[in-house]
Amino acid sequence: MLFTGTYIVYALATTLYLVFFSSQNRKVRTMARRLLLGAGVLHTITLIARYIAAGHTPLTTHHDTVSFFAWSVTWAFLSFRWRYEIKNFGTFVSLVIMALMTVARLSSQVVNELPPALQSLWLPIHASIAIAANGFLALGFCGGIMYLIQDRQLKKKNFGVFYHRLPSLEALDQLSQHCLTIGFPMLTLGIMTGSLWAKQAWGAYWQWDPKETWSLITWLLYAGLLHQRFAIGWRGRRTAIMSILGFAAVLFTLWGVNFLLSGAHTYVR
Amino acid sequence: MSVEQILILGVNHKTAPVAVREKLAFPDIEVPLAMLAEVPGCEEYCFLSTCNRVEVIFTSSDPEKSTRHIRSFLFASSDLTEEEAIAYTYLHQGTEAITHLYRVAASLDSMVVGEPQILGQLKNAYREASERNCTGVILNRLIHKAFSAAKRVRSETNIGSSAVSISYAAVQLAKKIFGDLKNKKVLLAGAGEMAELAAEHLVAQGCTEVIVANRTLENAVKLAKRFKGKAVSLAELHEQLEVVDIMVSSTGAPHLILKKDEVLPLMRTRRNRPLFFIDIAVPRDLDPEINEIDNVYLYDVDDLSQVVEINKSDRATEATKAERIVLDEGLKFLGWLGNMALAPTITDLRKKADEIRLAEMEKTLANLDLSEKEVKAIDKLTSAIINKLLHNPILHLKDDCHSDTKQLKLDMIRRFFDLDSQK
Repeated sequence: MLFTGTYIVYALATTLYLVFFSSQNRKVRTMARRLLLGAGVLHTITLIARYIAAGHTPLTTHHDTVSFFAWSVTWAFLSFRWRYEIKNFGTFVSLVIMALMTVARLSSQVVNELPPALQSLWLPIHASIAIAANGFLALGFCGGIMYLIQDRQLKKKNFGVFYHRLPSLEALDQLSQHCLTIGFPMLTLGIMTGSLWAKQAWGAYWQWDPKETWSLITWLLYAGLLHQRFAIGWRGRRTAIMSILGFAAVLFTLWGVNFLLSGAHTYVR
Repeated sequence: MSVEQILILGVNHKTAPVAVREKLAFPDIEVPLAMLAEVPGCEEYCFLSTCNRVEVIFTSSDPEKSTRHIRSFLFASSDLTEEEAIAYTYLHQGTEAITHLYRVAASLDSMVVGEPQILGQLKNAYREASERNCTGVILNRLIHKAFSAAKRVRSETNIGSSAVSISYAAVQLAKKIFGDLKNKKVLLAGAGEMAELAAEHLVAQGCTEVIVANRTLENAVKLAKRFKGKAVSLAELHEQLEVVDIMVSSTGAPHLILKKDEVLPLMRTRRNRPLFFIDIAVPRDLDPEINEIDNVYLYDVDDLSQVVEINKSDRATEATKAERIVLDEGLKFLGWLGNMALAPTITDLRKKADEIRLAEMEKTLANLDLSEKEVKAIDKLTSAIINKLLHNPILHLKDDCHSDTKQLKLDMIRRFFDLDSQK
């Protein structure tokens, strides 16, 4: 029930963000922001309720993982909003949140029994850090998409709907850098805690199960991006494409691995 | 004075490449004005020199001889032969000269049609000439009317706004690329009028440094001073491109001055910081392929007008409107000039006096009851008065003298008796 309520508020916020995008009416934007904040708060309550119902950190089912992912994106966005404003960023982000929430809604919400291997303090630490990192990387993905659209408008010199509505390339590039400088250390920390937990649970830090491998691939992609940015001065279109690819790897680690490959993480469904 | 005695000899961006125009640069206006005073047959003259043109506007009693002299004086410091000099210059005579001057003043002959600086430059040129008594009745009237033609074009068409909005568009685009223009550096290649306008807009939006690169350092220094920037030579272009963010190009060179292969290696040293090229030269200065490089954005004049949604056909209709105004003002001047001769002035003078006489007679006679004989006597009396009164002014006009003073006399009489206002 609580989840459905949250879902509806998110849906309303997203709708208002879309209305704002086409009309550019500031009143609509204020309403959309308030609704999104409301949805974020409601979502937090939902997660707490879920914790109580399950009796353990609710990050072991597919529904819970994706829901928490959406929650991370929401709060990552709201924390950014606190610091600086990116024109029409909310519209893009709310669409991503909405997509995640829809996936969460469509998957089974049954609370599962926690296998003994997962009964550890590492569960909330590892899973929440790893997924929260994804929240910031998702913002970077939105920024990358926006950058590519705006870059294309400026290069092709046809100034459509997006040209006036999207912020400057500089602002979008800054945004992607910010997301990366927060998201990447968190991703690193997520992998490290996972490794420590693996040592505790399975006796080995690293056993090349598909989830681990794909996490490493994701990490390498982002590490490469960071390196290119700071050492060689990559920026703009290339970094935008890289952050989109990186996020694709994030999604594959989350879903592709679970559904296409099998390994030690498979009980997270 | 015949209209064929009004001439304009000059070079501009259409007839001569920048390399030739630069050789005609006269930094000090005193020199050419003093030289023109010595030209045989040349009576009134004005010397206009801008980045894109050098023109002598003059009247002459011997057009052919004066033209030859002026041309050789203009090209004195170049190593061009007379044939080459003829090929690069244009000579407009009579009505053509009038139309040309009005088109220049109205900025219809500019590299970027509608740019506003040219009118100020013409005003300066006129002030310099008239302060030194180089202009007389004809040129005073001609150039003043050029100013009014320009004003009419500005207020009745949108031609001026398109030039302003082109630089406005450049600023808008720069903001979409850089976000904030604070502390951004601008490089002006070529010290043209439009470049100056664009730079003004960019500086107003926060750009801090302006660097001017030009083939002649002198012009670069002049423009750089305006923006408290520095001047460099065009040979240093590549070095400068490593540090600047925006480049406005308007050199008017006949070929491309910057190619894609030259910009590509620069991006590495720039650490991929975005570069915004604005090419307002016609023909183009910058290789269109430059736009394909990552983080580099290239816009030419047509692209910029697209941003402000002024399409070419709009500009064309505005230009047609402007041309009509120019022709209209030209005809007005011709009407005035036609009257600036002895016979029409005497006729006008007599006619005016006679009109006054007849009007006053009619008023007086309406209240009196006079015989036909008495009316005839009054008619004779009044005619005699105005004839006697006009006798000396007309003798004075007919008196043979130097043609300069003749024009002055005609002008004075026409103004004394207000002969031009009724038409």
